[in-house]
Amino acid sequence: MSASASPNPKPPFWTIARRDAAAGYVFIAPQLIGIITFVLVPLGLVFWYSLHEWNVLAASFNFVGAANYQMLLADPNLPQVLVASAIFSAGLVILNMTLALLLAVLLDQKLKGMVVFRTLFFSPVVVSLVAWTIVWSFLLQNNGGINGMLAMIGVEGPNWLRTPTTAMISVVVVQVFKNVGLNMILFLAALQGVPKELYEAARVDGASGFKQFRRITLPMISPTILLTSIITIVGSLQVFAQIAVLTQGGPGMTTTVLVYYLYQQAFQFHFFGYGSTLSILLFVIVALLTFAQWQLRKRIVFYEN
Amino acid sequence: MTKHLLKTTAASAGIILGLAAAGTAWAQDAVNLRMTIWSANEAHLAMFNEIAEGFKTTHPNVSVTFEPLPFDSYTTTLTTQIAGGNPPDLAWILETTAADFVNSGALAPLTDAFAATEGYDLADVSEKATALWTKDGQLYAYPFSTSPFAIFANNDVLKAAGAKTPAELIAAGEWTWDNAFASAATVGQSGKTGLVVRDFKFQTWQNLASIWNGWGATPWSADGKTCTFTEPAMVDALTAIHKAVFTDKAMPGPGEDIDFFAGETGMTITQISRASLLPKENPFDWDLVPLPAGPAGEYSVVGQAGVGAFAKGANKDVAVEFLGYMTNAENSKKLAQFFPPARASLLNAETLASTNPLLSPEQIETVVIAGIANGTVLPGHTNFAQIQQTIRAGLDALWVPEADVAAVLANVCSSVSPLLAR
Repeated sequence: MSASASPNPKPPFWTIARRDAAAGYVFIAPQLIGIITFVLVPLGLVFWYSLHEWNVLAASFNFVGAANYQMLLADPNLPQVLVASAIFSAGLVILNMTLALLLAVLLDQKLKGMVVFRTLFFSPVVVSLVAWTIVWSFLLQNNGGINGMLAMIGVEGPNWLRTPTTAMISVVVVQVFKNVGLNMILFLAALQGVPKELYEAARVDGASGFKQFRRITLPMISPTILLTSIITIVGSLQVFAQIAVLTQGGPGMTTTVLVYYLYQQAFQFHFFGYGSTLSILLFVIVALLTFAQWQLRKRIVFYEN
Repeated sequence: MTKHLLKTTAASAGIILGLAAAGTAWAQDAVNLRMTIWSANEAHLAMFNEIAEGFKTTHPNVSVTFEPLPFDSYTTTLTTQIAGGNPPDLAWILETTAADFVNSGALAPLTDAFAATEGYDLADVSEKATALWTKDGQLYAYPFSTSPFAIFANNDVLKAAGAKTPAELIAAGEWTWDNAFASAATVGQSGKTGLVVRDFKFQTWQNLASIWNGWGATPWSADGKTCTFTEPAMVDALTAIHKAVFTDKAMPGPGEDIDFFAGETGMTITQISRASLLPKENPFDWDLVPLPAGPAGEYSVVGQAGVGAFAKGANKDVAVEFLGYMTNAENSKKLAQFFPPARASLLNAETLASTNPLLSPEQIETVVIAGIANGTVLPGHTNFAQIQQTIRAGLDALWVPEADVAAVLANVCSSVSPLLAR
């Protein structure tokens, strides 16, 4: 017999599975290339920079090993900075989530004109952040709009941005008003997804309004609560423009949060190596917090049981 | 058919190659210099472009573009450009960061190149003016602007409040800080604003040197190693300023942003180049006077700006050459229209009067010429940005009514001392 008819013909390279896989890779390629170019490579570079002393003006770039990390541990300003970040994040998350949920519940009514209110509360989200903050900086000045209004009712307002406590409160509140609409919309969508029969059944069983909220609403929207809390916490750790416009980290260092501090170190003081080390610290903190929340979901999120 | 196609292809290839070759030749000769500046003033830009055009007569292949950057983030933007591998060929440099730029080796030395330029006469530039920009006898940036701090007064506002004007006090030989603060307090208590230290904003504390130099106070020792905020002169000076702000209402408090040139303020301390901001419509009766005498006597303070060429630039030599051209005796006269010169040959009433039509001969003599000749520059230090921020954070505790001045200043020194000693 001739050998031309081999018992095992070589299979074609493009099998259906391979073709599917290739199509899949092509589809995710734009996103993947973006992530590699703008996230993973810079992340690797930042880590690389954090092992160097980089003097831009003298154009020196010297490997210093863990020296920047030792400096981090010995930095006398770092405890203050971390405390400021923690206060800011805690204040922001608590205020933002509470207010967003409250607004969502109020706006989840079938009344005339509700759309107008929803739009109103959401509109700050689409306003330019810096423009929003600059307007607030005028309002919060010592002789600005807020103190002017307080003076009309005979109250002498504090110098909002120059007093340690009120400066922190001011940046938190300005940020909450800016972004509460986003969480509100997410909560609103979640609330409208809760089956109405559950409330009917509860009413038949004689459950009060508050009990319905606690036993039905909260568990049913718990996945959204988890999502918004992760977004809000991560966002709160990255606050920068508000601080730069409103307080420049002052008075003293009371509003110098981690991102602002690393901006100062890298771009104002030109310590790019140490600035990179601080951003590695920020990355670790964000990663740990997100991981912890993700782990907690099994306990607090209804659907994960 | 095929032959025709081949011919066309060959022809177009020839054209493209020819163009490319010409392009390469052109690119080798043409030099584009870029200079970062912090002024976006049309008149300034027109003058610089005129100087760049003049340079073209001897260097037809060189063009210079002037890139205005926002003043507030100027140094940050500049260093980011350098870090990103895209440095300009030339740059304006603020006096506060002079030490960083001069000591780092980032700038090209200028003295020898200027000496080789015909008719440059570097000796015409006062040594006091070049001190900040010189290291080991080499000039690294040319101080193109040496602008004295002075007081602009709004006599309408002062008289309406019943306060003595600076001119009256000078005539009586009583132009001291005590009396200046008293006049400002009279205005402040009448409901308007007394005295504004322009651009200070309770952040840019180095601008207070325009006041505390009158007490003989300095932020650090001459060698820059020791904090001197706790010295009696500084404590006294800041006590006087604190009293002027919080007790006498002579100066606006923190968080009150007030512009003298809007016409509702008695006096302001700023550089004379701000005369251009005086309102043309609804003008007020203004005056320009030297800084008052402090307890340590008469004094003057200047703010400087330098311009340097980067040592690592591809076109370093051309950049240095252009700098020599831009700041030669002839062009310095043009620059003097906007930027007070440090050249002795230009420091006379005649030259300055033609370039500063707003000022009277007396103002030019007492404020501009005397100020530039005797003025001390604002404090500067290597690693200034970090030192500035550290002291700013410490001084924040001073800007409250009940502050304990000595205690705050002791804190300032304890936090900044490690940075100064480095």
